[in-house]
Amino acid sequence: MNPKYRPYYPRWYRKRIPIFWWLQKRSHAAFIGRELTAVFVAYAAIMLVVLVLAMDRGQAAFAEMMDWLGTPAVVAAHVLVLCILLFHTITWLNLAPMAIVVKLGDRKVPAAAVLIGHYAAWVACTGGVAWLLIWR
Amino acid sequence: MRRSREPIIWALFGGGGMASAFFMPVLILVLFIAMPLGWVQGAPFAELQALVRHPLTRLGLFVFISLCWFHWAHRFRYTLYDGLQLSHLNELVAVITYGIAIAGTVVGAVLLWGVG
Amino acid sequence: MADTLTKPETVTLEVFRYRPELESEPTFDSFEVPYHPEWMILDALNYIKDDLDGSLSYRWACRMGVCGSCGMLANGQPVLTCATYLESLLPGPIRIEPLEGFPVIRDLVGDIGDFMGKLSEVKAWLIRDEEKPVEEGEYLQTPSQLDDYKQYSMCINCMLCYSACPIYRLEPEFIGPAAIALAQRYNMDSRDEGAEQRMDVLSQHHGIWDCTLVGECTEVCPKNVDPAGAIQRYKVSATMDYFKSLLMPGSSS
Repeated sequence: MNPKYRPYYPRWYRKRIPIFWWLQKRSHAAFIGRELTAVFVAYAAIMLVVLVLAMDRGQAAFAEMMDWLGTPAVVAAHVLVLCILLFHTITWLNLAPMAIVVKLGDRKVPAAAVLIGHYAAWVACTGGVAWLLIWR
Repeated sequence: MRRSREPIIWALFGGGGMASAFFMPVLILVLFIAMPLGWVQGAPFAELQALVRHPLTRLGLFVFISLCWFHWAHRFRYTLYDGLQLSHLNELVAVITYGIAIAGTVVGAVLLWGVG
Repeated sequence: MADTLTKPETVTLEVFRYRPELESEPTFDSFEVPYHPEWMILDALNYIKDDLDGSLSYRWACRMGVCGSCGMLANGQPVLTCATYLESLLPGPIRIEPLEGFPVIRDLVGDIGDFMGKLSEVKAWLIRDEEKPVEEGEYLQTPSQLDDYKQYSMCINCMLCYSACPIYRLEPEFIGPAAIALAQRYNMDSRDEGAEQRMDVLSQHHGIWDCTLVGECTEVCPKNVDPAGAIQRYKVSATMDYFKSLLMPGSSS
C-alpha cells in the first residue's frame, strides 16, 4: 500500500523524525560526517586553482603563497583538511568492492582483490604525483 | 514512466569521488603542508611553473577540478535531503548545488585557460 | 551451581504498547520475565502473553529465523526476536519496540503493506518473454550461474533493513533495500528476461537513486543478503545502461 495513503489511517501511530536524527546514533553521525567530506574536496579544488594561479604569476607570488601556507594556523587547518580527505579516501576505497563485482569467466573476482587493487592504485597515484612535484 | 537522468550526475559524482580519493591527499600533503614547511625541497620553481603551464596539465587539472565540484554538488545535495530533511525543496537544492558546480567548472576553465 | 551466582533469576522487558482505542500516544509496560539462558526474546514475549498480559500483540511464526515475521527493535537495534538470546542483552531492562519506518497499528505490530506493494512493483518473480514448453524440460543452470544470484535469494522479507534504513524513514516512497535486492535476485538469474521492465521501476527517483549508501541495511540483515551491495551494483549497471542507450540509441540492454 503506497505510503501516501498512510495519513488516511488516523489511528496508526507515526513517530515524528527529528531534524537531527543522525545525532542519535554514532553510525549515523559517522555517515553524515563521511558525506560532508565532499565539502573539503570542493575546498581543496578551489585552493588548487589558487595555487596554480600563484605559480603562473611568478616566483615572488608563489613564494608569498608558500609563506602564507606555512603559518602555524594555516598549517594546522590543512593538516585537519588532510585528515578529512584521508577519511574520504579510506571510506571510499573500502566501499569499492561493494559496487564493483566482476566475473572472469566462471569465477568471481574476490572482494579482497578488488580492495587491494584500489589501494594499490592509490599508492601508485600518490607516488606518481609526489615524484612529479618533488624529485623530477 | 521516463527513467531518471540521475545516472549522468551519479557518474560525475563517482568519477569525482574516485579521482579525489586517489589524488587529493597527496596534493594536500605535498603542496599545502610539506612544501610550505620546507620538509621537501620540491622541484625547482622554473620546472614547476613549466609543468603547470603545460596544456596537458591544465586540461587534466580542469577535468579533475570539475569532477571534484560535481562530486561535492551531488553529495551535498543528498546530505541536505537526509541531514536537514530538505527534500521537499528538491528542485531548488538541485539547481543551487549543480549551479555552483557548473559555475566552479566554468570559472576554473576560464582561469586555467588564461595560465601561461 | 556457579550459574545462579552470576546469572539473574529474572529479566525486565520494557515493551512498547499502543492501543489506539485507549490512548493516542504510545506507552511502555514493564514486565518481569524469568531468565533462562536458552531463551530468545520471542520466548520472553510468549511468556508475557501467556502468563502476564494476554493483550500484547506481536507477530511471529516459525521461531527459527526463516519466516521473517518477528522483526522488532531490541534496545534500538532491529533484530529477529526468535534469533536473539536474552543473554546477549543482559543485564537489562530490555527495551522492545516495533520496527521503525512502519506506522504502528497496535503494540508491536506495524503496517507492512507498503513493502508488500513494493515487492509487486519490482516484479519479484521470473519474467520470460516466452515460456519453454514442459516437454522441453527444465531450465538448466550451472553452479556458477546459481552463484550469481544466490546471496540475494536468501532474503526472508523480514524488513529489518527497512527499519535500519534512515532514508526509508525520511522518504517512505523509497523502494528500499530488500525490494532492490530481490529485484537483483531476479535480474541476475540466468532464467530471467525481465531486467528491462524492472529498470523502468528502479530508475525512478524513488527507486535506487534515493540511496546514499548509509550501509545500515547490510549490517542488520540476518541472512547476509548485503542489500547495500545489491543497490550499489545496480547503480553501476543502471548508469552503464543509460550511457549505452545514449551513445547507441535503439540498442536494447
